[in-house]
Amino acid sequence: MRIEEQTASVAGLPAEPEKATLEGKNKILGFWFFLAAETTLFATMIGTYLALKGETMNGPTPYELFKMPMVAFATLILLTSSLTSVLGIMGMHANQLKKLLQWFGITILLGAVFLGLEVYEFMEYAHEGHTFTSSAFGSSFYLLLGTHGGHVLFGVLWILGLMIQGRKKGITVHTAPKFYVASLYWHFVDVVWIFIFTVVYLMGMIP
Amino acid sequence: MATLIVIIVFALFLGAILTGGYNREYLERMQKSWIWQWITTVDHKRIGILYLLAGGFFFGVAGLEALLIRIQLMFPDNQLLTGDFYNQVLTMHGTTMIFLVALPLLFGLMNVIVPLQIGARDVAFPFLNSLGFWLYFAGGLLLNLSWLFGGAPDSGWTNYATLALNDYSPGPGINYYVLGLQIAGIGTLISGINFLVTIVNMRAPGMSYLRMPLFTWTTFVASILILFAFPPLTAGLFMMMFDRLFDTKFFAISGGGNVTIWQHIFWIFGHPEVYIIMVPAFGIFSDVISTFSKKRLFGYNSMVFATVLIGFLGFMVWVHHMFTVGLGPIANTIFAIATMAIAVPTGIKIFNWLFTMWGGRIRFTTSMLFAAGFIVTFVMGGVTGVMLAVVPANLQVHDTYFVVAHFHYVLIGGTIQGFFAGLYFWWPKMFGTLLNERLGKAHFWLFYLGHHLTFFPQHFLGLFGMPRRIFTYMKGYELEMSNLLSSIGAILMTAGVLALLYNIMLTLRKGEPAGSDPWDGRSLEWAISSPPPVYNFAQIPRVRGLDPWWLEKYEGDGTLKAAEPLGPIHMPSPNHLPFLMAMSFFISGLGFVFHSWQVGFLGLIGVAIILFVRSFEEDHGYHIQPDEWNGVES
Repeated sequence: MRIEEQTASVAGLPAEPEKATLEGKNKILGFWFFLAAETTLFATMIGTYLALKGETMNGPTPYELFKMPMVAFATLILLTSSLTSVLGIMGMHANQLKKLLQWFGITILLGAVFLGLEVYEFMEYAHEGHTFTSSAFGSSFYLLLGTHGGHVLFGVLWILGLMIQGRKKGITVHTAPKFYVASLYWHFVDVVWIFIFTVVYLMGMIP
Repeated sequence: MATLIVIIVFALFLGAILTGGYNREYLERMQKSWIWQWITTVDHKRIGILYLLAGGFFFGVAGLEALLIRIQLMFPDNQLLTGDFYNQVLTMHGTTMIFLVALPLLFGLMNVIVPLQIGARDVAFPFLNSLGFWLYFAGGLLLNLSWLFGGAPDSGWTNYATLALNDYSPGPGINYYVLGLQIAGIGTLISGINFLVTIVNMRAPGMSYLRMPLFTWTTFVASILILFAFPPLTAGLFMMMFDRLFDTKFFAISGGGNVTIWQHIFWIFGHPEVYIIMVPAFGIFSDVISTFSKKRLFGYNSMVFATVLIGFLGFMVWVHHMFTVGLGPIANTIFAIATMAIAVPTGIKIFNWLFTMWGGRIRFTTSMLFAAGFIVTFVMGGVTGVMLAVVPANLQVHDTYFVVAHFHYVLIGGTIQGFFAGLYFWWPKMFGTLLNERLGKAHFWLFYLGHHLTFFPQHFLGLFGMPRRIFTYMKGYELEMSNLLSSIGAILMTAGVLALLYNIMLTLRKGEPAGSDPWDGRSLEWAISSPPPVYNFAQIPRVRGLDPWWLEKYEGDGTLKAAEPLGPIHMPSPNHLPFLMAMSFFISGLGFVFHSWQVGFLGLIGVAIILFVRSFEEDHGYHIQPDEWNGVES
């Protein structure tokens, strides 16, 4: 057991348990770098979408396709989930495991609802002849949205795993960086969605 | 699927035969074997050696491919490798050299040396370090398996769309390219993040950014380039993979796709990539030249600034690979000027190296010979680079041997010579023995003269109009002499590399012991024993200036000052999960290559399971009590 953990068990949890150990600090910094890398991944996909969105091959155009009310609702849900993950981290800082687990639970629930809406939306589009292989517009659309959706799914499973860990081990200087990093990830996925919402959906509303 | 099970059973069987049958101690015996220890190691020095071994192996493979190419082109109308097979050899030579040789060899040196130079006990993420290596190795192996099963990729290392799509490249070749590079690319990204966090967070007290040795600085800049350049490649490879496997329309004209997008994405990655493998070599040369001139590096701050500027400009010039695409005069002009601007920071570096040598007490060891030779070669490669940046000239020599000559001058003159300089320089630190200098000099002269003989005539071949990637040429166009000279040069280079191999074997058998500081070094790695103990520094050192070890030797009392009391040292435990995860990725990749979705998804599920196992694992590591007599000063 290292010195940081010893003090933690004697004097209670430090104020910012995620940054109390060098491992924790490394993890957080490394994750920021990882998010920077992800930014260019999504930038490439958004760029490709912008270049190819006009190539519908006589299929439905973005303007004909997108159902704004549902997408706006999904956006609202995802943005709310960002807030609930912050509340979870506040629970962690207050050393209240129950609060942390509750808010994280709500977060992944909202994430799952978002995914459900997205799957429903894609099925609707497929009915109208807009699929992954129908046109270059379709391919670039589903690559971008699918990569984002895949990130949401991964986040849901990841945070679920962390909640199980949290129940078993509680909030320690070991587990705190994991919760913190997962919430960073969740915010990032949200920020990407804001860009997708603007570039794909709002700009798609221009006939 | 069935093949897979057969292979797994066979591997278990083989393990049992080699270690004495199945019984209760089977697992235990396997864990004690040296192979298992190397597979599970998380020590940065051992992982560095693994990188050197794997990179060296692929260097041999890609080098043989180069030799075959040159033998084919030695005489006009030669029939040794023709048509498709020539294309495969050519593609695999380029792809292997760039992705599986240049970067991993440099990664090997970085892994061993950077933590030592900043006074750290290990990298920030030992587990990820191991994972990065095994992913790279799995990707490289997958790519090279194509030779045995189904034919190698054959559309050039740039893999341009249309040619690389199913219509023109049926068969699994390009699938190997896409999936092999995808897996190796994930490994590279992980290693890049690891180096960044290591350099930001793990520096010893007093090792401020502007006291870091140049090799550490260039590793830092190269890692930033990796961070921003590899994800676009990932995205592009996904598109290529989906176009080939799932019939999407990213690059398929019939579905509204656009082939230029692949070119943009590839070069947005590809140009930074060549700087990723160039910049660390600059760092090696800086350390080598200042050590063997017995002077501190001339213009240290401007050197750092130039490195950062080169890294930044590296992202601004990708279109100079695409001047003939027809993006218009404005785009071409902007990118031409940006390209020429890179000559400025590069020129700063060249002059700094010259001024470092100026008035120094120069010792021409093998390492220094490679560094000094590099300056000449690289200036020549740089000049042809600026020539190629001139758009009208570029339109004339695009896709000719002039381009081939240019990039071999910078890549062999820079990266490969940089690696050799670093290998002779740091070999004693890694293994505790000195490489033979006589053989080293034979290696240098054979390789260096061979290089110029190979590639200098190629400038003229290009100007005479010989296109690249063509498997033969006819008599009577004045191409015979230059091609013959070029091929003889390639044989000389091979002889040089064989001299290195012989040197390594000789040194491993009975090398001259090196001692901790054979070159009168300047940075922290020379302050500890060779090879270093597993914890590197018994006490984390306190750094008091630039070139800290030189400072302590010549202005202090010859010992490093400690920043902490002597005490038990915490070490991470070895872990087998990185290897398993790379294997899962490998299986998944192999499945997708052959359109077998079950195997593909089975591998990915394996990856997910291992992620969860790792997340739930608690690694408490172990403690070492350092040997006080083998401590900081040694």
